[in-house]
Amino acid sequence: MSVNNFKKYLFDEKVRSLFFQTLVIGIFAVIIYLVTKQTAYNLDKRGIGTGFGFLKIATGYDISISLIPYTSDDTHLRAYFVGLINTLLISICGCFLATILGFFVGIIRLSSNWLFRNIAYVYVEFTRNVPVLLQIILYYTILLYLPKIKDAIILFDTFYLTNRGLFSPSPIFKEGFSIVLFSFFASIFFAFLIKYFFKKKQEKTGKQYPVFYINSALIIFIPIIFYFLMGMPLDFNHPVLKGFNFKGGMVIRPEFIGMLLGLSIYTAAFISETVRSGIISVSKGQREASQALGLKSNLIMRLIIIPQALRVIIPPLTSQYLNLTKNSSLGIAIGYADLVHGFGGISLNQTGKAIEIMFMVMSTYLTISLLISFFMNLYNKSVQFKGNA
Amino acid sequence: MIITNSNLKIHNYYKWLQRNLFSSWINSFLTIIALIFLYKVGTFFLNWTFFEADFRYNFQGDLITDRILCSKNIVPGEYGACWAIIFVRWDQFIYGFYPTEELWRVNLTFALLPLAIVGVLFDKIPFRKYFIYFTFIFPFFAYYMLYGGPGFTVVDTNKWGGLLVTLFLGVTGIALAFPLSVFLALGRRSKMPIIKSICIMFIEFIRGVPLITLLFTANVMLPLFLPDGVSPDNLLRALVAVTLFQSAYMAEAIRGGLQAIPKGQLEAAQSLGLGYWQTNRKIILPQALKIAIPPIVNTCIGLFKDTSLVLIIGLFDLLGIGRAALADMTWTKLYYEVYVFISIVFFIFCFGMSRYSLYLEKKLKTDNS
Repeated sequence: MSVNNFKKYLFDEKVRSLFFQTLVIGIFAVIIYLVTKQTAYNLDKRGIGTGFGFLKIATGYDISISLIPYTSDDTHLRAYFVGLINTLLISICGCFLATILGFFVGIIRLSSNWLFRNIAYVYVEFTRNVPVLLQIILYYTILLYLPKIKDAIILFDTFYLTNRGLFSPSPIFKEGFSIVLFSFFASIFFAFLIKYFFKKKQEKTGKQYPVFYINSALIIFIPIIFYFLMGMPLDFNHPVLKGFNFKGGMVIRPEFIGMLLGLSIYTAAFISETVRSGIISVSKGQREASQALGLKSNLIMRLIIIPQALRVIIPPLTSQYLNLTKNSSLGIAIGYADLVHGFGGISLNQTGKAIEIMFMVMSTYLTISLLISFFMNLYNKSVQFKGNA
Repeated sequence: MIITNSNLKIHNYYKWLQRNLFSSWINSFLTIIALIFLYKVGTFFLNWTFFEADFRYNFQGDLITDRILCSKNIVPGEYGACWAIIFVRWDQFIYGFYPTEELWRVNLTFALLPLAIVGVLFDKIPFRKYFIYFTFIFPFFAYYMLYGGPGFTVVDTNKWGGLLVTLFLGVTGIALAFPLSVFLALGRRSKMPIIKSICIMFIEFIRGVPLITLLFTANVMLPLFLPDGVSPDNLLRALVAVTLFQSAYMAEAIRGGLQAIPKGQLEAAQSLGLGYWQTNRKIILPQALKIAIPPIVNTCIGLFKDTSLVLIIGLFDLLGIGRAALADMTWTKLYYEVYVFISIVFFIFCFGMSRYSLYLEKKLKTDNS
């Protein structure tokens, strides 16, 4: 091989790329080999085996908040599911509350009232520049210093706010309630049919029908009629103060409320900013044009501004949902029994299976993140411009 | 009536009020409600923070050394905050358990930190070149000062705490993550499929899991991965996790900047005969990083707030040291004072950074159009 030939290969892009990639793979292989060997040695020396057998062992610890039955005799696998459900619960509730609060604050930020606008601005700046962990701990502390059970703050004669959580009535479903529930879903189904029907009719005749009012009436009144027809099959178990504690009803624990407040107040500040920039991004001409067409202001908002603003809002909103879900792992700081607290914390300390447990926890979060991204991307596609415009 | 200057001004104020606060009946009503709300919250907060609060001495004039000496604990319901806990534990809040006779070393480092940063932040300062040189010397200087070495006693990192740890993790994490994130961002746009997929996997993995799991992993698993002798201390483990975390987010910000550069720039550079590294270093990155600075600063704000998570793996950052202070029987139950103080410290840093990011955005806008 002549020198020229060699030079040709040396500066050939494909050869170089092949060389670099082989090099990178080689380095990675060596690192992985060394780390695996060292880890196996370290594990062996400490007497920690590998494998997922520990999932079948009883945990021996209690979890304060659990939506599925759980006792300390249950396995680590069940503790994992309890944690997962709690993580999902706080994430869903948090996203829901943060979205409502965020949209609300975002719209106030654009209000014509100077004072309102600036109160919202101060709220946003203060909450998003203080760590969410600190906020969670702060709100939790405030909740723990609420009055004791015997001097509970009574709201609407039914809710009792105390330092041990919010005591509220729990529903008791009697026979026949499923029919009421069914009628509710059926009326939603009919509402869609009616909407479709009237839309077709409007396209033909040009006449507008009060679809919204008809459907609202349908969805509200039909279940109520069925509720009375079935003889009021819903009862409430009210909490009653007996001795030092409440009997009956259900309790929403301060850990949950603290997490919910911290996560949603913090995330709402970010959401409000995306909402604000989304609404600003809709050009002024759009509003003026729709006014010129004679649309009423609520229709302008619903039909013109919001659909266009959503295109800008959805992508950053998705990343806020992802952040909230990841931040829900901070429950460990105040003892909210999420995935990281129970399974990733106590189980890990008990069994010492750090690799397996962290692997499970991380892949769970990755899966949740991917799922949220996937569904939000679907939704995002549905609000983007249709066609090739 | 003759319209004088002052008349005009009053007229303008009046107009402003009418337009912004009392434009309609509903608006006026809302304004009044907001005023009442502000008055209630404002008086409560001012009273609690200043007028009814204790600073170093209580209402009887005694120096407060214990929470039972706080005015609010002597006369319940009459007094506000008791800031004595901050004054008494000031050194811990700032330095942690750093030995008292060595505190000047931390102070010197703190004092020189702005000089090391200013050259990076602003491009129109005199002698910028020398400031940048200093930026590169500073990490070694800071390490030598804070940790110790020949001539100075070694202060082990488990004695570090408070604002020192928060700033250390924040500043070092950002500084180390920056070069890493540039490589990740370039790698993600590379034409080599293996390098590209490694970068994508790394970035998406880090962004998909909470920081706390990375901290746990670094804390529990780093000792398992490494040979016996080289077990890094807790602060270093946290730093590894924080750096990797930050680099993934920063890489995405930089990728946004890279995507904004028109393809013509790349092609022009290549047609001039520049190689890959030369193209990136001289043509692409200077432009891309400039565009990417505001989002980079936003990730830095996020990281700075997230350093508070290290308290969960047992480090005493600002929030951790605050909780340690509250666990002390002499000061227990002064929660709000401690948390409000820490919030204000974080707020000052993060708000400052966000203002800087806004300033840059404005500057970039005028530069380009």
